Amino acid sequence: MIAGWFTGDGEGFRLLGTRCSACSTVFFPREDTHCRNPHCPGGRLMEAPLSRRGHVWSYTDSRYRPPSPYVTDRELPWVPYTLIAVELAAERLVVLGQAAPGVTVADLTVGTEVEVVPGVLHEDAETTWTTWQWRPTGAGV
Amino acid sequence: MTGDVAVLGAGMHPWGKWGRSFVEYGVTAARAALADAGLEWRDIGSVVGADTVRGGYPGYVAGATFAKALGWQGTRVTSVYAACASGAQAIATARAQILAGLADVVLVVGADAAPKGFFRPAGGDRPDDPDWLRFRVLGATNPTYFGLYARRRMAVHGDTLEDFAQVKVKNAALGARNAYARYRRAVTAEEVAASAVVADPLRLLDICATSDGGAALVLAGLDFARRHGAGDAVRIRAVSTVTPHFPNTVLDLPDIATDSAVAVSPAPETFRESIARAAYEEAGVGPEDLSLAEVYDLSTALELQWYEDLGLCGAGEAVKLLRDGSTAPGGRIPVNPSGGLASFGEAVPAQAIAQVCELTWQLRGAAGDRQIPGARVGMAVNQGLFGHGSAVVAVR
Ligand SMILES: [Zn+2]
Repeated sequence: MIAGWFTGDGEGFRLLGTRCSACSTVFFPREDTHCRNPHCPGGRLMEAPLSRRGHVWSYTDSRYRPPSPYVTDRELPWVPYTLIAVELAAERLVVLGQAAPGVTVADLTVGTEVEVVPGVLHEDAETTWTTWQWRPTGAGV
Repeated sequence: MTGDVAVLGAGMHPWGKWGRSFVEYGVTAARAALADAGLEWRDIGSVVGADTVRGGYPGYVAGATFAKALGWQGTRVTSVYAACASGAQAIATARAQILAGLADVVLVVGADAAPKGFFRPAGGDRPDDPDWLRFRVLGATNPTYFGLYARRRMAVHGDTLEDFAQVKVKNAALGARNAYARYRRAVTAEEVAASAVVADPLRLLDICATSDGGAALVLAGLDFARRHGAGDAVRIRAVSTVTPHFPNTVLDLPDIATDSAVAVSPAPETFRESIARAAYEEAGVGPEDLSLAEVYDLSTALELQWYEDLGLCGAGEAVKLLRDGSTAPGGRIPVNPSGGLASFGEAVPAQAIAQVCELTWQLRGAAGDRQIPGARVGMAVNQGLFGHGSAVVAVR
């Protein structure tokens, strides 16, 4: 579904973006055709792992079941999840992601340090859809 | 001003959940605008429709759809899709045709029959569509983005939930005076606080609903307006349709990430600020000249953000403006005298046109018991998904 957006596991898990060889701009989700910097003469776009850690730019949660194409089991009661927008200092961009299970808005403040971890978006009998999640560093959740 | 066009007519279909076709809403609004202008459909040289999108197909080709429903008469026709900015781009198209001499008088129509519940992308697996991706990968609905912006304002500027609620209280009181609004009842801060949280920290009454609705304008060149006995008509002086500048560093719907600022420093102004500035520059006015503003209050917190983006106050000062009553009727710069999206809900292709209907009625002095006395200059501002800017300046 989102091939090539992340790689590795455990401590080695990383989001994957691309970086322009001419202007160094980083793209996430990955941009594989043309550099989108209008001042750039155009370079090659090379895969680049993003920083593991960043700081919370903002956060919210989803108290109602989102519509499709989000996949949920309608037989089960809805459990809200948290969304975190994270500033990555080295790449100078903000990446949105779901929080790791158990992290609620009460665990967060703007500026909190978080790290990227592998997670499960949804699974059914045949398929497990993996994703990235943000988790506060040093937190016991 | 050579860039001016006259607003000869304005009309709407009431907002609500009516369960009928968008064509019916658009035609009702169009007929109301034509009657307001004192013109017949046969007098119209061009029709511009603002598209809605259903099943990935834009609006069943809205311009021609409205023309067919009104009766084919061989008019020039255009259909415009720019998400929430569709209405403003329809107005911009009509204005450009008039200024280019391609048409003397143009009918602009936008209408929608909104789906129930959250907006969602069209069906099928479409991983090249950022709107599909944010739903599929994150379940990030529109309200979750509004929640992110609201929480960010609370952290950076110290806005409170009570401040957000007061925006709803203000707009609901105004919507109660507007026969076209979907919600026509005053709301208290306690009711906002008691409504369910949708996306922390925002509650149901902080977030605009989806609605059906329609709006239309009849625009004309100034020579036509004078010949028609409407030389003193309200005029549209500027329409801003700018894109963001790279790098866009404020997380925007429907994106999963911002642009990187590694290679290029961000512009000193945000996208929303640039939308307003482009309109001010084209109109030759500034925020101090505004008598009123209609802003795209998808959430209560977002209305506050617009105060700053329009230059009505400095960064972080929006709550002060709200609290001292500056943006309420009787204040220095009333915002959303129509009641805003808080009272109307979103009927996407109609909304920017509806904003200009309100400017027109206010500048004519015909806004009834929500009239802003002595209104001379109004701005309507909006932001369309995927980087569509939209602002209109109207003057009397
Ligand atoms: Zn480049």
